[in-house]
Amino acid sequence: MFLIIETGSQVEIMLVSSLKKKLAGAEGDFLLHTDVEIARGGITAIAGPSGSGKTTFLRMLSGLTTPDEGLLEVDGEVWFRKEPGKKTVVNLKPQQRKAGVVFQGYALFPHMSVLGNMLYASRDMVLAEKLLHMTGLQQLKHVKPGNLSGGQKQRVALCRALMQQPQLLLLDEPLSALDEAMKSVLQDELINVNRELGVTILIVTHDSSEMYKLCDRVLLFDTGRIITDTSPRELFVERATTQKFAFKGEILEILAVDAVSIAVVAIGNNLVEVVIDSDEKETLKAGDIVIVGTKAFNPTVRKIAAKDFDFSRL
Amino acid sequence: MNPHVDTEPFFLSFRLAAITTVVLFVFCVPLAWKLSQTRSGYKPLVEAFISMPLVLPPTVLGFYLLIFFSDRSIPGMFLKETLNIELVFSFEGILIASCIYSLPFMLQPLESGMEQVPAKLIEASYTLGKSKLQTLFHVILPNIKPSILTGLIITFAHTVGEFGVVLMVGGSIQGETRVASIAIYELVELLDYRTAHIYSLILIVFSLAVLMVVYVLNHRNRVTG
Repeated sequence: MFLIIETGSQVEIMLVSSLKKKLAGAEGDFLLHTDVEIARGGITAIAGPSGSGKTTFLRMLSGLTTPDEGLLEVDGEVWFRKEPGKKTVVNLKPQQRKAGVVFQGYALFPHMSVLGNMLYASRDMVLAEKLLHMTGLQQLKHVKPGNLSGGQKQRVALCRALMQQPQLLLLDEPLSALDEAMKSVLQDELINVNRELGVTILIVTHDSSEMYKLCDRVLLFDTGRIITDTSPRELFVERATTQKFAFKGEILEILAVDAVSIAVVAIGNNLVEVVIDSDEKETLKAGDIVIVGTKAFNPTVRKIAAKDFDFSRL
Repeated sequence: MNPHVDTEPFFLSFRLAAITTVVLFVFCVPLAWKLSQTRSGYKPLVEAFISMPLVLPPTVLGFYLLIFFSDRSIPGMFLKETLNIELVFSFEGILIASCIYSLPFMLQPLESGMEQVPAKLIEASYTLGKSKLQTLFHVILPNIKPSILTGLIITFAHTVGEFGVVLMVGGSIQGETRVASIAIYELVELLDYRTAHIYSLILIVFSLAVLMVVYVLNHRNRVTG
C-alpha cells in the first residue's frame, strides 16, 4: 500500500530526490547524490570547485545525462524515476523536457543567422521579436554567429533557449568568458528575463559577485554533494562579517623584532607585514596559507581551516 | 590504323559513377549518422566489414558477386524467375558491384565529418526539442559540406577508375558494361595503342582534375577553419 500525500505545493517547481550518478573524478570515483527542491520563479546559483558535479547535475536535469537512480519531478510531471535495483520507470528525452539550456561556449548553430537560431527552436515570430527587443539584438538578427562578440553570442544563446518557453532555464557558466562590463549588463538582462517571463533559473557560476547580484539561493557542491544550501547574503556577508575584512595569503617569512613577531604575507601581488602575537606565532610558519583579517581594529592572522570555504576555488 | 574514338565507354563510365554516387549518398548518410553516434562494441566490426573493399583485391569481390548473381545460385535464381532480372553481364549488375566496392569512399568522409561536429551542437538541438532526424538535416549536414563534397567527388572518381570488379561481374559488353577502363584493356589486347593512348590520356586528365578539386577544397576548408 502506498499512501500518496498531496503536498499541493505550488511554490516548488522542481523536486530532486536522491538523484544519483557515479562520476569519475581526478581523485577517483565519487557519487553525485543530490536532494533539493527549487522554488518557482527563483534564480539559484550552483557553485563549487570544478569536478564537483555541477555540470553533470544540470545535464541530468536537461536529460542529456541519465542518472543511475532517483526521482526528478518538474511542475508536477515526473521527468525521471528509477528506484535502486529496478528498471527505469520514467526517463523523458531531452526533447520532451521543457528545459532551456544555455551551454558553456554557447553552442550556436554556425550556419544559421541569429533569427534562424531562434526560429529553429520555435516558429513563434512574435516571441522572437519580443526577445530580440528585450536583449537589444534587433539590428543583428540576420547576422551569423561567427560575426558576433562574446556578449552578443551569449544573448543569442539565451534568446534561443527562451524560444521554447521553458519551465526551467539551465545556464552553465554563461558569463565566465566575458569582461566585467559585459557581465554586469547581461546579469541585468538575466534578472529582467527572470522577472518578465517568470522562468525559474539555475545557473552554474564561479563568480561570487554574480551570485550575490543575481541569485536568491546558492547550492554549494563538493565532490557530488550539496554541502551548503543558503542565501548569497548568508554565504558571503553574514558568515564573513565576524571580521571586517579578510584576505587569503601565504606567509613568506616570520621575523622576530624585539618582543613581537612580524609575518610577511603575500596577498595577491602585494606584500603585507602584520604584527602577530606569541599565540599566533606558535601556530604559524613560513609557507602556510592564512587568512588576514581584523577584529576590533587589530589585524589577525590565522591558518586556513576546513570550515573556511575557499572562495578562490569557486 | 586510324584511332577510333568512341564516346560510349566514357558515357557508360560516367553514368555508372553518377548513379553509384547518388545511391551511396542516400544510403551512407543515415549509416554514417548512426555509426558516428553509437558507442556500441559492434562498431569496429561493422566499420571493418564496410572497409574491406579498400584492401581486398577487386577480383575477390567480383568472384563472389558473380557466383551470387548467377542463375545457379538461389538469390540469382530468385531474381531471374520472379523478377526477371539478370545481374550477370548487365549494367544493373556492375552498378550493384560498384556500390559495394565504392561504399567506404562515401562512408568514411561522411562519418569522420559527422564525428567532428561538436557534441554540444547536437545536444543543443535535442534540448530545443528536435528529433535525431531533424538534427541530421538541419544541423549536421549543413555543417559538414566539405566532407559531403569530398565523399561525392571521391566516390564518383573511384567508380570511374574501377576495373577488376566490373570485368569480373560485367565482362565487356558494348553499351552495357564496356566502361572506359575496360575499353582500354580491350584496345591494348587488340594492339590498338593509339586509341588506348587517347582513352588513357582522357582518364589521366580527368583524375588529375578531380583530385585537384578535392585538395583545393580541403585546403580552403583548413584555411577558413
